[in-house]
Amino acid sequence: MTLAPVVYKTTTEIKGPILMVQNIRDVSFDEIVYIQRPNGELVQGSVLDVSREMAMIQCFGGTAGLDLNTKLSFSGDVLRIPVSEDLIGRVFSGSFKPLDGMPQIIGKERRDVNGGVINPAAREVPKEFIQTGMSGIDGMNSLVRGQKLPIFSESGLAHNELAAQIARQATIPGSESDFAIVFGAMGIKNEEAAYFRAEFEKTGALNKSVMILNLADDPSIERIVTPRIAQTVAEYLAFDLGMHVLVILTDMTNYAEALRAISIAREEIPTRKGYPGYLYSDLATIYERAGRIRGRPGSVTLMPILSMPAGDITHPIPDLTGYITEGQIILTRELALRGLYPPMNVLPSLSRLMKDGIGEETTREDHQDVSNQLYMAYAEGTRARGLVRIVGTVGLSERERQWLRFADRFEQEFINQGIYENRTIEQTLALAWDILSDLPEDDLIRVREAYIEKYHPDHKSEA
Amino acid sequence: MSERITGTIERINGSLIVGKFEQEAKMGDLVEVGNLKLMGEIVRLREEIAYIQCYESTSGLKPGEPVVDIGTPLVAELGPGIMGQIVDGVQRSEMELWELTGPFISRGANISPLNRKKKWNFEPTVKAGDKVVGGDIIGTVQETEMFVHKILVPPDLEGTIKTLTGGVYTVTDTVGVLETDSGEIDLKMMQTWPVRVGRPIKERLTLSQPLITGQRVIDTFFPCAKGGASAVPGGFGTGKTVILQQIAKWSDADIIVYIGCGERGNEMADVVEQFPEIEDPKSGKKLIERTIIVANVSNMAVSAREASIYMGITIGEYFRDQGYDVALMADSTSRWAEALRDISGRLEEIPAEAGFPAYLADRIAEIYERAGRVEILGSEQNYGSLTLLGAVSPPGGDYSEPVTTTTLRFIGTFWALDSQLAYRRHFPAINWLRSFTRYLEVAARWWSEFDPSWERTRALALRVLEEAAEIEETARIIGEKALPDDQRLVLLVAEMLREGFLVQSAFHEIDRFCSPEKQVALLKIFTDFYNSTRPLIEQGVPIDQIRELDVIREIMRLKEREGEEPIKDARSTMNVQISALAKQYEVNSQ
Repeated sequence: MTLAPVVYKTTTEIKGPILMVQNIRDVSFDEIVYIQRPNGELVQGSVLDVSREMAMIQCFGGTAGLDLNTKLSFSGDVLRIPVSEDLIGRVFSGSFKPLDGMPQIIGKERRDVNGGVINPAAREVPKEFIQTGMSGIDGMNSLVRGQKLPIFSESGLAHNELAAQIARQATIPGSESDFAIVFGAMGIKNEEAAYFRAEFEKTGALNKSVMILNLADDPSIERIVTPRIAQTVAEYLAFDLGMHVLVILTDMTNYAEALRAISIAREEIPTRKGYPGYLYSDLATIYERAGRIRGRPGSVTLMPILSMPAGDITHPIPDLTGYITEGQIILTRELALRGLYPPMNVLPSLSRLMKDGIGEETTREDHQDVSNQLYMAYAEGTRARGLVRIVGTVGLSERERQWLRFADRFEQEFINQGIYENRTIEQTLALAWDILSDLPEDDLIRVREAYIEKYHPDHKSEA
Repeated sequence: MSERITGTIERINGSLIVGKFEQEAKMGDLVEVGNLKLMGEIVRLREEIAYIQCYESTSGLKPGEPVVDIGTPLVAELGPGIMGQIVDGVQRSEMELWELTGPFISRGANISPLNRKKKWNFEPTVKAGDKVVGGDIIGTVQETEMFVHKILVPPDLEGTIKTLTGGVYTVTDTVGVLETDSGEIDLKMMQTWPVRVGRPIKERLTLSQPLITGQRVIDTFFPCAKGGASAVPGGFGTGKTVILQQIAKWSDADIIVYIGCGERGNEMADVVEQFPEIEDPKSGKKLIERTIIVANVSNMAVSAREASIYMGITIGEYFRDQGYDVALMADSTSRWAEALRDISGRLEEIPAEAGFPAYLADRIAEIYERAGRVEILGSEQNYGSLTLLGAVSPPGGDYSEPVTTTTLRFIGTFWALDSQLAYRRHFPAINWLRSFTRYLEVAARWWSEFDPSWERTRALALRVLEEAAEIEETARIIGEKALPDDQRLVLLVAEMLREGFLVQSAFHEIDRFCSPEKQVALLKIFTDFYNSTRPLIEQGVPIDQIRELDVIREIMRLKEREGEEPIKDARSTMNVQISALAKQYEVNSQ
């Protein structure tokens, strides 16, 4: 990376992460800019707004120490990264500099990090059930290949453990193929990144993973490009090399904050909580790159992690994410305090693509009904729990007490599991029936009668 | 042909391009932007400076590249070949884009919306010498097995047919000649219409028929009318998309226009995959044969998303003008409004509420007012309708935000989705206390032909549900056990109604579509159960005895049974069991 022959020293204004440069020639929108820091180091930026005279540049490397005589040059191209098989097993910075002491990739091809838009008509509907070994996910919020399913969490909860466990255990039942992992970190702590690395190493997943790390002490504006680089790598592995890729992006809240910093420096009209009006569309350009393509073997499955500020699910970041992704897994402090792992609140959690991935051919015919019944019974149970606080257990009807007992067992035995406990889908469903059989059969209204006959433990023993 | 005006790019700010033209360009005209000839539209003019919203990514464009005003606004191409298409917001076929540029959409692809090569068998219905006016049918094309495409005289023409010959033509071939006051005009099967202008009609009519969707909570409690407008607001995960898709699949409209506006790619893929497979319950033909899909997903250009709604509505109006009942789903209008906000922000307009431009309400009104039941153009008296169903995605599920509150002013049915219902997997999660319909009278007239007591039955069921909600408030404080038995009966019947009537599985092979006959019979059994158990309670029969009646389980399963026969059987069982209980109690108390 060097300055191009034409060097500009015509910066007129530096405002937060934004530089205004005048008297420019032949500059294109979205073009990458190299900016020389006083110590000679080059950092990247990109063009946000350009007219014949003036360009507005966002600087990914932080603007502290720059002055109006700063040297910069335009690269003549948008941001691209080299791609090749050699990516696998490597570790890069948030702007794609090698961090593992090995040389930069020499790619056959350089890909635009903004990617393309998958034509909706060319998309394959994701249908392959992924067994994560976690009952709360497999049983009630099944993940499928090509889905984007975020984890909404709060600081201090076990989202990293959960993501690592999913990465470790995810398989397609009855098939050998497993996942390559692309890990994109935006502003997480060094120790968190180290945790993931150690986890991947333990299971040998590191050999088929690519890590793109922008950590808490790295320049914050660089986070704008980190998830895009991660998705570009994932697309290449999936759609060019035919691999099944699981992408973990953490923490999207830090990404959105970087976007907000730029927006505010540009003096754009803010919407909720100071975030720009285009936050939805911008997040979509990252999330929507997950999926499958008809006639191509690979897949990109995306699991972004985001921390809900103050646990508020209506905060713009989780809210807009939920409108784009195909469901969400929600971790709550309340369940964590009760000692549950994963502290997953299944009621607001959802997998939109579950219905396509489960059933007779992939998991079992009664899977959907069982899941619906668990949902209904657990909702009744939590309602009864609310009542207990007011009228006490004695004030409950026998029916309400049943729901209550159900909710307790459901949390302790079904949701709760060990960090290294890997349950097959058969085990998960058997456990579900075992807990459901505590309820009177007439209350199993969400399960088809034929399935009750076939799978209810009472009937099974009769048979 | 219109004149082309050339100019150069002066500035690029995201999707907004500032161009300088050699002479004054025209507001609303389409523009070819840059060397790649990206598509754009002029949204503001100041002397020779034009502000252009670009429908494709502007990455890599440079000031100084050319812009060309092509002299026409964004139009929809209307004619044979349109049925079953999947297009983007500016009507490019996504199937053809795929063939042309691979699975990733590349920029500047030039595709004619209607296939220019495909030939259609045109059968004239008028002959030389006939006088025709705009909207008259001059012939037909059997476009799909179930769909007859009527070829219309464009709205602004009238005259005498000079020649008209049947045969096999492409959409741009001349099929005949029309003699008008201002000379002879070639008649073609294809016509174009600017998307931002409503197609003309003779007269708007009052609505007369409900749109039957096969979804019980909608048809029975909050029906929409053919030609009406409905909004489905709800936070994420409350099932907006599934409701709209259910209506697209099962409603009794002739034509469906489904607009995926800034939503998920995988969901559109699901529609694209399912619709060619699913059979229309009326005709037995594949659904795609009566459906047009406009898919502008969330990561496609924002400004094309803004255009996609108008594109869909114009296509819908064209079918309405052929005398069909058209239902249009827009998922989601909030994403459209956000696109509007995005452009407005880049134009540096002063925002009103939540960053939205001050004209948001005008634009929403314009859209919903294009719905309606109308007398269509033409020499004879004919009717058509366009029903509009819009999903609204309020940020944080907050119904007081501008898009939701504004939409409420212009619609007739409001299906309020409730996340608490969704959490317990009560779908469709339409909250029966917060939803409303203004088309009850229209629906009541239609339903009373199935059952003269329909209105009373419906009102009773709704009252039970409302009362139950109030009683539950009390129960939350003192516990259900402490309630008097008559109130507990209301709770029981409300629960039966919720699980046995309101909850409807979109994925159960029988339950997903409930015929009007079955809806009437089913609703009645719940109200009859209530009417015949209430006297028992008054006589002192304990609620627990009523709760233990075997028939309750059967009643709640009736929705999963085929046809109305099981309902009749359950009714006789119910009568037997209730009289037995009554008798037993009389004996006991003596």
